[in-house]
Amino acid sequence: MEGRYPDRVLPYVLVAPSVIIVLLFLLIPSGEALWQSLSRINPFSGQATFLGIRNFVVLLASEEYRHSAGVSVVFTAATVVLSLSTALAMALLANQRLHGIGIYRVALIWPYALSPAVAGTIWALLFEPSTGVVTYLLRETVGVAPNWMMSGRLALLVVVVAAAWKLLGYNVVFFLAGLQAVPEELTEAAAVDGAPPWRRFWAVTFPLLSPVTFFLLITNSLYAFFEVFGLIDVLTQGGPARATDVLVYKLYRDGFVSINWGLASAQSVLLFVLVAALTIFQFRYAGRRVFYS
Amino acid sequence: MPLRRAALPAVPVRRALGVVLLHLALIAAALVVVFPVYYAATVSTHTFQEVFSYPPRLAPGDALWANYVAAWRKVGMGRLLLNSTGISLAVSLGKIVLSVLAAFAFTYFRDFRAKGLFFMLILITHMLPLPVRIVPTYQLMERLGWINTYAALTVPFFASATGTLLFRQFFLTIPPSLSEAARIDGAGPLRFLGQILLPLSWNNLAALFMVEFVYMWNQYLWPLIVTTSNDMRVVQIGIKMLVATDAQAEWNVIMAGVMMAMLPPLVVLLILQRSFVRSISLGQEK
Repeated sequence: MEGRYPDRVLPYVLVAPSVIIVLLFLLIPSGEALWQSLSRINPFSGQATFLGIRNFVVLLASEEYRHSAGVSVVFTAATVVLSLSTALAMALLANQRLHGIGIYRVALIWPYALSPAVAGTIWALLFEPSTGVVTYLLRETVGVAPNWMMSGRLALLVVVVAAAWKLLGYNVVFFLAGLQAVPEELTEAAAVDGAPPWRRFWAVTFPLLSPVTFFLLITNSLYAFFEVFGLIDVLTQGGPARATDVLVYKLYRDGFVSINWGLASAQSVLLFVLVAALTIFQFRYAGRRVFYS
Repeated sequence: MPLRRAALPAVPVRRALGVVLLHLALIAAALVVVFPVYYAATVSTHTFQEVFSYPPRLAPGDALWANYVAAWRKVGMGRLLLNSTGISLAVSLGKIVLSVLAAFAFTYFRDFRAKGLFFMLILITHMLPLPVRIVPTYQLMERLGWINTYAALTVPFFASATGTLLFRQFFLTIPPSLSEAARIDGAGPLRFLGQILLPLSWNNLAALFMVEFVYMWNQYLWPLIVTTSNDMRVVQIGIKMLVATDAQAEWNVIMAGVMMAMLPPLVVLLILQRSFVRSISLGQEK
């Protein structure tokens, strides 16, 4: 083929560093996790006893694990829905032609740089039970002074709000890119036909955005499942009464606080099944098909 | 719902009203994003008493210096910031180098038989986030004697599926006549990469640097388990240390720490955000 180099060895040398890292630190450990999930491991001697699927049976039968799975699902669904809908509304506003729109766009995008731990700490301050601004507003308007450190549901809500807020920047960037790819002729044609703005959005813009929305749905879900550890660890440590004990936090506790490596690896394997399902789902339905279906 | 490009120019008054409403809506949206951080920044300038004033104070106080010094001393913030900066720079540069090399191998060689296999291998890392392999990877660090080392905090992160995909995608858009011409002029593949391809990739390089710097700066779980000495901790763990120190949370000092943990990646984002936004809109067009 035109413009390509004939070297036979060089390409192998060029991919070698990446491939070695992937094998050594990602692929082989993942295989080991599968093996360890079928064993009981003595953390001191490293001695492994083969158990078969016993770890999985224990896990799936435990009320605690099923509770964590439930918390994770609720947390993820709430975070994704809240963040995506807010970000879409913000992106629609920021996609207008207006003087100074660039400043608004930057103002909406920058939380992208904040960490879950930072976002969590800031929202803990806002909800601070005695003097937080949100607590103050609630007390003055509705007359209730909620204490999220005592109430499981409220703690979950604070964690969801912090995570959704932190994801806004990322989501606005992608929605804006998607909106800018919507051909103007289409929305203009709809306007000429007399379609009101809301109908133009649902009938023309939103279907064209569906590939972006779908992509964000998957990436946000993965984020909510896997990257929120810092948020939980700084804010609630899974409490109160395990109300925010998401799967990754339970995995950490079992693996690195109780040092039950077999059980922790079984949880890793189940999490892998989840990621694999989400990723395959993404590859199968990504791209144009979403729009046409 | 404000009208966008297709707004009817018929009634100027309505249009002016629309513009005002639009500005108000955008300001409200920006406040949702900005206010929590503004409030946190304000609290980081209050004294401990002011934090607990009722109603909450929204104006800055005079205790900025005292709080930042307190946070700095309490958890050794200087060392934490240094560690975070070092590992974030190392990982973002490492990821860029490795993914540029891999992407170049995938796009510019005629006889690269195992291309498909290696490409899959690198892509599959998308399916292997840390929690999926956390115990064996930690055990590997122990076996290598890497606990409490910079190696543990950087090397396992060096491969990048995102970067490899990004550069491969970009290299595929470059007309083959360019490398053909370079070849006729006697430039070997590495010279072509260094002198022609890389300068063209500036936008993608900047975008990837920004994304990976922020990603690494914000890592929490891995640094938590592979470091135990305060000398090797990172700023994210520093936040936890500040929150956990006292029974009665000193929010003013905690927020001073949060501000210090937040600013470096924010500066990187603000400097490189144009490249970031552009590389995403480019990625969408394919």
